[in-house]
Amino acid sequence: MTSSMLDAYAQIVGETVISHLRQLAEPLAGMKVVHVNSTKNGGGVAEILHRLIPLKRELGIDARWETITGEGEFYECTKKFHNALQGTPVGISNTLLEVYEKTNERNAEALRPQLEEADIVFIHDPQPAALLNLCPNRKGLWIWRCHIDVSKPYRPVWKYLKKFVVGFDASIFSLPAFAQSLPHTQCIIPPSIDPLSEKNMDLSQDEIDSVYSRFELDPDKPIILQVSRFDRFKDPLGVIHAYKLSKKFIPLQLILAGGTATDDPEGEMVLNETQTAVADYPDIHVLLLPPDAHRIINALQRASDLILQKSIKEGFGLTVAEAMWKGKPVIGGDTGGIRLQVVNYHTGFLINTPEGAALRIRYLLHNRDKLREMGQKAKAFVMENFLITRHLREYLTLMVALAHNEGERIEL
Amino acid sequence: MKVVQTVEPFNIKDCALLVIATGKSAQNLRELRDNLITIDPGSIYYHFWGTLLRPRFDDPEYNNDFASWVRHNLHDAILAERLGVVDPSEFNEIDDLRHELIDLIEERLDESELVLWTKVDQQFYFLRSQIVVFDTRKSIHTPEELVDIIPQLSIGSIFYHFIDAKRRTPEKRDDFRAWLSGFDERYADLIEELAAIDPFFSSLTQLRRMLSLIFQNMLGDIS
Repeated sequence: MTSSMLDAYAQIVGETVISHLRQLAEPLAGMKVVHVNSTKNGGGVAEILHRLIPLKRELGIDARWETITGEGEFYECTKKFHNALQGTPVGISNTLLEVYEKTNERNAEALRPQLEEADIVFIHDPQPAALLNLCPNRKGLWIWRCHIDVSKPYRPVWKYLKKFVVGFDASIFSLPAFAQSLPHTQCIIPPSIDPLSEKNMDLSQDEIDSVYSRFELDPDKPIILQVSRFDRFKDPLGVIHAYKLSKKFIPLQLILAGGTATDDPEGEMVLNETQTAVADYPDIHVLLLPPDAHRIINALQRASDLILQKSIKEGFGLTVAEAMWKGKPVIGGDTGGIRLQVVNYHTGFLINTPEGAALRIRYLLHNRDKLREMGQKAKAFVMENFLITRHLREYLTLMVALAHNEGERIEL
Repeated sequence: MKVVQTVEPFNIKDCALLVIATGKSAQNLRELRDNLITIDPGSIYYHFWGTLLRPRFDDPEYNNDFASWVRHNLHDAILAERLGVVDPSEFNEIDDLRHELIDLIEERLDESELVLWTKVDQQFYFLRSQIVVFDTRKSIHTPEELVDIIPQLSIGSIFYHFIDAKRRTPEKRDDFRAWLSGFDERYADLIEELAAIDPFFSSLTQLRRMLSLIFQNMLGDIS
């Protein structure tokens, strides 16, 4: 990476976009902004903050990133929050809720001076949400950024968390369907991918080709790929069904690449079912990859002809944008954030069944010009809408809007 | 011939849009109508004009979110066609546009024996926007400078000067035409070309290309 991150992004998105960011950030120069989440490593939130914070600093904003720390029971509780907000009925004991509140209290002791002094505080997800009420002398604006699909939360848990969230000055959700009944402004800011990360950066042809020998792939057969956890909502069995329907008409190989899910008994079960279903199909490759196998996934996506994301339920599904960034059309489930990324007949196809997926697989593999055209459109679409620079622009716009609070039109 | 400068310079501005949930949604046509009666005018503006700043392609099927939702989620092609031809720039006030939409929906409700519904995850979510406008500190003094400057403008600038201006200014026209009309008649043809652009069926990127081509063709000969 060059010494200036903005310059590095300018080489991808163009100077006009970066100049737009600089101008938007001018009124925010010197502002003290603190982001708080619960980890610096692992997960999409940490990934995005690793880039957003230095970018904001380069734009003249005094941006900092703090994390809260907790013991095992704290994370057990917040994992349950996460599942409950996504709709799973989860009972959480009072003991765990006490641990949650005590952990926030302990973290507040350390963070309070900085948070109360900040002009804007971004609290990411439920883990640090209780900090707001623990900073009674806060002088700035506090924003709750929810990265989770809360379209149908498990109500008892949401009711508990809502009492911490209502006091914020604004909240941010990724899709309109996730917005909740809250007494403050709720902005819609979709997530983004980072074109410079290992997951998405350009790779040499040698590195891309290395996946053939490494995973015993046939370079002469088209590859279709789904990258996802082994989870029922990602429907790996549906993908296998679609493969079986397609291979009657066209020779091809399928890769199902995902991480192991040691803390998820249901995941183990789905993985076992998947492995059983592929036993007689040597052209289906089930790859269990470690969580940091970003470059391998990047290479697999680039080596594939097209990408599937046949989810039955999906929050946002950034793997779709990651695939599209590599110039691949995506056949995606007609659900959640996939609808925002897969523009039917343009950047791929939206489907509802394995049969629908099979039909589109056959169509694209038989119509290579169309496949290429859709892939190019997909990349252009991500360039304009799902890169971190767009995400940053919307954060800056929100910060300017909140700082001015002048209604529908703010003239700087 | 050199243009005698009597017109104020054209100050290039830029803008960014913040999308905000209104908390209101509709799952059927009646709910759409009921919400339209009371919804913030900014939401109607957003679902017509703001669509241009959102993910889209160069050949959108409809020029507003209401028509698109009615077609793709309620599967009512007839109403979608009627809503799809509503030209928001014909209405002086957002409330007039609001009444037109309500009239069209009520007409369709009268014609229909059933109220069409969609699935819960395909509801129409009423959104509104906040627009942040900032000065780029760039200005131009002669129309001929537009030839070089248009291709470099951000899509936010294109939106502000070409789309937003039609709502913002009393004359309901884009900033380029407003500025060019301050010069002598030599730009009349150019103004006419600009007036003929239908921005609703282009992405802002494509609109920038179209504007660039027009300025190149029309002003390339003059300069």
